[in-house]
Amino acid sequence: MSSAAASEPRKGGVVSVLRKLNIAVIVFVVLYAAIAILQPNYIEPAGFMNFLKRATPLAVLACGQIFVLVSGGFDLSMGALVTLTVIGGSMLTDNDPGNTVWAIGVLYAIGIAVGLVNGFVVTVLRVPSIIATLGMLLSLNGVAMMWSGGSPRGYLPDNLRFFGRYAFRDVPLIGTFPIAVIVLAVVAVLAFWGLQRTVFGKRVFAIGDNPRAAELSGVRVDRTRFAAFILSALAAVTGGILLAGFGGVSVDVGSGLELQAIAACVIGGVQLMGGRGSVIGAVAGALTLFALFTLLNLLGLPQPLKDTAQGVILISAVASGAWRRRRAG
Amino acid sequence: MTRRWIGIVVAAASLAFAGTAMAQNFDDPKEFEASKQLLEMKPQGPEGKPWEQNLGGKEVDTSQYKKAGPYHICFSNAGVNNPWRVVGWTDMQAQVEIQKADIASFTAADAEGKDDKQISDINAFVSSGKCDVLIVSPNTTAALTPAVEAACKALPVVVFDRGVLTECPVTFVNPIGGYGWGIQTANFIAEKLPKGGKVLALRILPGVDVLETRWSAANRIFKEKGIDVVGAEFTDGDNAKTKAIVEDYINRFGKIDAIWMDAGATAVAAIEAFEDAGQPFPIITGEDQEDFLVKWKKEGLTAFGPTYPTYQWRSPIIAAVKILKGEPVIGPTWKLPQPVITQETLDQYVNEKMPPLHYAMCGCEDMPGYPETWGGKK
Repeated sequence: MSSAAASEPRKGGVVSVLRKLNIAVIVFVVLYAAIAILQPNYIEPAGFMNFLKRATPLAVLACGQIFVLVSGGFDLSMGALVTLTVIGGSMLTDNDPGNTVWAIGVLYAIGIAVGLVNGFVVTVLRVPSIIATLGMLLSLNGVAMMWSGGSPRGYLPDNLRFFGRYAFRDVPLIGTFPIAVIVLAVVAVLAFWGLQRTVFGKRVFAIGDNPRAAELSGVRVDRTRFAAFILSALAAVTGGILLAGFGGVSVDVGSGLELQAIAACVIGGVQLMGGRGSVIGAVAGALTLFALFTLLNLLGLPQPLKDTAQGVILISAVASGAWRRRRAG
Repeated sequence: MTRRWIGIVVAAASLAFAGTAMAQNFDDPKEFEASKQLLEMKPQGPEGKPWEQNLGGKEVDTSQYKKAGPYHICFSNAGVNNPWRVVGWTDMQAQVEIQKADIASFTAADAEGKDDKQISDINAFVSSGKCDVLIVSPNTTAALTPAVEAACKALPVVVFDRGVLTECPVTFVNPIGGYGWGIQTANFIAEKLPKGGKVLALRILPGVDVLETRWSAANRIFKEKGIDVVGAEFTDGDNAKTKAIVEDYINRFGKIDAIWMDAGATAVAAIEAFEDAGQPFPIITGEDQEDFLVKWKKEGLTAFGPTYPTYQWRSPIIAAVKILKGEPVIGPTWKLPQPVITQETLDQYVNEKMPPLHYAMCGCEDMPGYPETWGGKK
């Protein structure tokens, strides 16, 4: 069983620190420097906080997706669950702040149900997770459209939008401090603890590395898979609440986010076939991907060129990560 | 190892190629001028019922299609994949309800935004022999033309919303269109801004005719009037992406004077970016969507609401019944008026009892089931 990148024994020396530093962190620093050259206000704390606020939903999604990826699966239903959360949030609350608390409860319950169904289809029905969650993606999009009739009714009350939109003003040193950044910190710490500091986390790595060996050594493989899908769904609901807060009601807010979350994890060194990865890497990967989007946007390139550059940089980041890993053994 | 690489490449490629379309000629000075003239015309037809009015239309003799009722109407719909189409589709069904004395059946096929499905839907309608008339709202112009031509040979056809490249339908119903939208919106902004004023253009996606012509007309006017277009960005119609783009532009330029949009669905998100940045509201053009109108009224914005009215979904049913009764209809093109919402007329369209994504120019207030069928509250 190979261990997580973060739990490998540490060696001294600057070179070895550099080599061990997650590739996503280096790429992120380079991209962010480029952004700051184009747009100096990104260097200021307020600019960085604003950047973090916008990257938070993707980073939160990556924190959930990593559990499924490390366990050797995919969760393609995350984006659709984000859309369902946003539309469901508007339908349930109907602009009444009094409805927010129970509506959030219902949304998380829906998330748990989605995770359970994903887990059931993958473990009991033995459907490959990429197909199971693709099916879930289509179903959830359908449910969201049916629920709203294609036209969500009701606004999102301000207290539901609080997490994604509001910021403390006039904070010493940094100026503004978005609530979303606190949410990201909490989610990242929980994910780090869950994946890299608990027995459950070790089981996730074990079944991703070699499910048969894990099973023979007594790991409840099915139960662990269920839990991974539920965690992923809970992250998607959290991401949905943040995006609803940031942007408001939208019918296709989550489309494509599942692939971005997977890409973020992969950039951060999570192995697509499972068994390897770190939460710090996943968060750094999400920030890197978001920095890339921001940079291409600031450069004002025409759309086709942007798409191409995005693809090339993505592949290079992952390729160099894989190359470094091979060299490191 | 190989499988891992395939996975990586697939993930990267799906992200990278979000679909780009090649441009046709969407900047036609002749069409631009024609739309300008249509905007100045006084609509003919019943007052207060713009879905029955027309701009400079001629009548087509339909006596050859006359038959005894009640009629079987078939409708091939491009899709109900956005709120605009949802409101229109609800209008259309209510119009059938109004005319139910003349309509024995109304059968609709939803192509779900796919050309191939719509082509087979149309073929199935034609070969079933159960339709007296066919209404088509094409998904894309060129791809649907042959199917519509084939249908014309078997039964009378009415096309509306987006067009086809043939004059065979008895009539093609649509409002003035993209050039008209572009002219109205850009003129509004140009009037309010000094020379050199900074405009950010927010667009949904490239390659759709009605959206491309909206932009080409607006861009032409901005150039003529010396307005500085600091950027034209595609938002995919996504609120979060829109807000992020606008935040970036505010950061980059310090101040943006006006926001121009080729469709107003994300207007509120754009406005919120200014709010969250602690900036004054920009001059903005949105659409007749309720969330924007409510915000406009509440914040006292300097704003303008062009429309591509959803009431146009009522007209094809009216046309279809007329054709089968042998009564003349406006054709072969039936141009509907394309009204705008201004500060003066804002109050009559703001309706907080309707859903935020409802389109105010639905012409549905007098229809059966209003407002509940459209998601509103009494």
